[in-house]
Amino acid sequence: MQLRPGTQQKTIGLFPKSFLILTLLLASFVCLTSQPGYAIPAFARKYGLPCSACHIGWPVLNNFGIQFKDNGYQLGNDKDSPIYQNNGYFPITFRTTPQWHLENSNKVLIDQTGTEQSVTTHGFDLSGLDIWTAGTLSKNISFQVLPSMEEGDGFHFEAAWVRFDNLLHSPWLNVKVGKFELDNLLSEKRFLTLSSQGGEWFNYHFLPQGDFNQFGGIGENPIGLELSGHNSNSYTRYSISLLSSVNGTPGLTSGGQGNTARTYDAFLNVSQGFAVKGLGVQRIGAYGYFGQSPTYFLTSDGVPVQAKGNRSFSRVGAYGWWFIKDFDFETFYMHGQDNVYLGNSLPVNDPVGLPPGAAGPTWNGGFIEAHYTVNPQFIFTGRYELVHMSRQANPDLAATPNLGNVDSFTIGYRWYPIMLSRAGLAVHNEYSQARMGNLAPSGTDLLNRTVMLGFDFDY
Amino acid sequence: MSMVSKRYLGSILLLAIATALPLLGQEAHVGNLTGHAPAGKKLYRRYCLGCHGPLGDGNGDNAPWIDPKPRDFVGATFKCRSTPTGTLPTDADLYNSISRGFTNSNMPHWDALPPQFRIDLVAYVKTFSPRWQSEKAGEPIKVPSEPALTEQSIAHGGELFQKMECWKCHGQQGRGDGPSAPTLTDSKDQPIHPYNFADATNDSRFKCGSTNEDLYRIFMTGVDGTPMPSFADVIQPNDAWDLVHYLRTLQTRRRGPETELSKRSGAKPPAPAKPSGSGY
Repeated sequence: MQLRPGTQQKTIGLFPKSFLILTLLLASFVCLTSQPGYAIPAFARKYGLPCSACHIGWPVLNNFGIQFKDNGYQLGNDKDSPIYQNNGYFPITFRTTPQWHLENSNKVLIDQTGTEQSVTTHGFDLSGLDIWTAGTLSKNISFQVLPSMEEGDGFHFEAAWVRFDNLLHSPWLNVKVGKFELDNLLSEKRFLTLSSQGGEWFNYHFLPQGDFNQFGGIGENPIGLELSGHNSNSYTRYSISLLSSVNGTPGLTSGGQGNTARTYDAFLNVSQGFAVKGLGVQRIGAYGYFGQSPTYFLTSDGVPVQAKGNRSFSRVGAYGWWFIKDFDFETFYMHGQDNVYLGNSLPVNDPVGLPPGAAGPTWNGGFIEAHYTVNPQFIFTGRYELVHMSRQANPDLAATPNLGNVDSFTIGYRWYPIMLSRAGLAVHNEYSQARMGNLAPSGTDLLNRTVMLGFDFDY
Repeated sequence: MSMVSKRYLGSILLLAIATALPLLGQEAHVGNLTGHAPAGKKLYRRYCLGCHGPLGDGNGDNAPWIDPKPRDFVGATFKCRSTPTGTLPTDADLYNSISRGFTNSNMPHWDALPPQFRIDLVAYVKTFSPRWQSEKAGEPIKVPSEPALTEQSIAHGGELFQKMECWKCHGQQGRGDGPSAPTLTDSKDQPIHPYNFADATNDSRFKCGSTNEDLYRIFMTGVDGTPMPSFADVIQPNDAWDLVHYLRTLQTRRRGPETELSKRSGAKPPAPAKPSGSGY
């Protein structure tokens, strides 16, 4: 889901007093009134398990949820019958988030004055709508279809795939085809933050300033084929994906966008979990995304019809997910590099355009994100994330080595007052800020901040 | 504060302590694992509450829609035990039940949880019934070594199947469709179905395990809370093993040594049956 900018524009302090009071009251109320409960959107109707069985805090999967997902949405307890055999099971969940949010940018160039000024907008708002359906078509054939839409925009497929599970009776052999969430153990589709700044991991989408790479990031759902496998308890997992390098956009050619029918990318992910007595299951893993992006297009009547001049890029790194009883934290590292033509936004059929000393941009990034689960209905989260350039593409940028750097942190909590067998509601409160190196109009650092209080529900 | 109020408060305090003591002190032991009830309580709330309920009586929020019904821990009657019928199970029995799950029920296998979590859950489950305070777990029955599989053992097992009237519930071909099957109820008067050996979806998995040894144990301990009795006092160990060998041949979709031998010997296997998906 993406958040739409606020509707009211006004320059005020970052934290209105009324908001702070409301937040404190709400936090106090949450601490005093949290009750045992149950949660089950789509799958609970089928299995009768509480949502906390599969989620540390919805939507973050725990070990049991990971195992369930890896096994093709099957528990293996003979309740995995295909949906057409059980009329009572309607595998659809709707999700949206009515909210109030505030957005602040500390340096915006104002037309009327020609100077930079802090600008704050705030107001009530809506997120997009996810219509999520998933389940089994037959034993060992699972599926997911997730149409998603934003206010005023048409719908798009966030996901649509079919998966052939446990081929040759082996959990090590599963094949998925369609548009799907990459097999990131630390999944941006399943994390706890929603705001405009905190609602994505910058590392997953980062591109250097001036970079022509059309790669949307490993946080986006690509289209392709995935081969994956796991051991019986999903402590050991692997996946290999062959992906059309079209950023998950359906269609071999898309008029005007010119970003389709290029080549294929590959994503690999391996992880290993191990139980530590008294602490929980710890996980470590490594991943790599290797792809190509075009540098120019053949056109017809001005419309791109074929991408050309592909040049390579890669994102590689490692991660860990560490548990100390009710406290867990994720650590993530990424090294990124783009080809020199991509970094300098130059077509390969114009080699003389490269400035002397030009190089492929490289950068390093990472984050640490912590969660404290007070109880299955109340969870705190906090994150610090950075992406720092290690080499700029253009030698002219030597004077601004920090251009495009990101330093961000996010804190928040989610309280789930309703976890019923047909619905779930989370009160979501979040603050996030991101400092962007040298991206203010004046060339200094730009600071974006957001505050959000929303009601994230699905049913 | 008046004397009456002090006494009132004192009584409440004593009651609270008396209530909390079993919870705080309850432990479970399997191998080098030690489970603690307070830790298990938090896990129970996360994983088990929806079905088994906050009081452990099987009346969780989802219980009305679940068949068979969730286990009532207050009664401390457990189906899968290594101990004689009517006795409490060992900690290992409960640990294995959590890890293995139960085929033909909503209870999944929780082997994705770390071993410590599972043993903590065992400790907490034991706080629901006062039986754990006054009784010890039964002594696990001894399972003698499995004798050699022969045509004779299978044939003898078949005779026992008739003689002991297993067919009345399980049916002549082990499909859970014996003449008594429609009338069977569990200890809570809920309808219950006999195990269907020919069921394609659980061709080698029983309620309480999947090995020959598990099968031996099931009918020597009985499945408490169901009409399946213990046969420990009825048949000798060698006869029980013969029955195991015969029952395996009823699993027509399973490729095991018993079915292979049965085919080679020319015994007519039961015709494959449609899956029924339930049974105890």
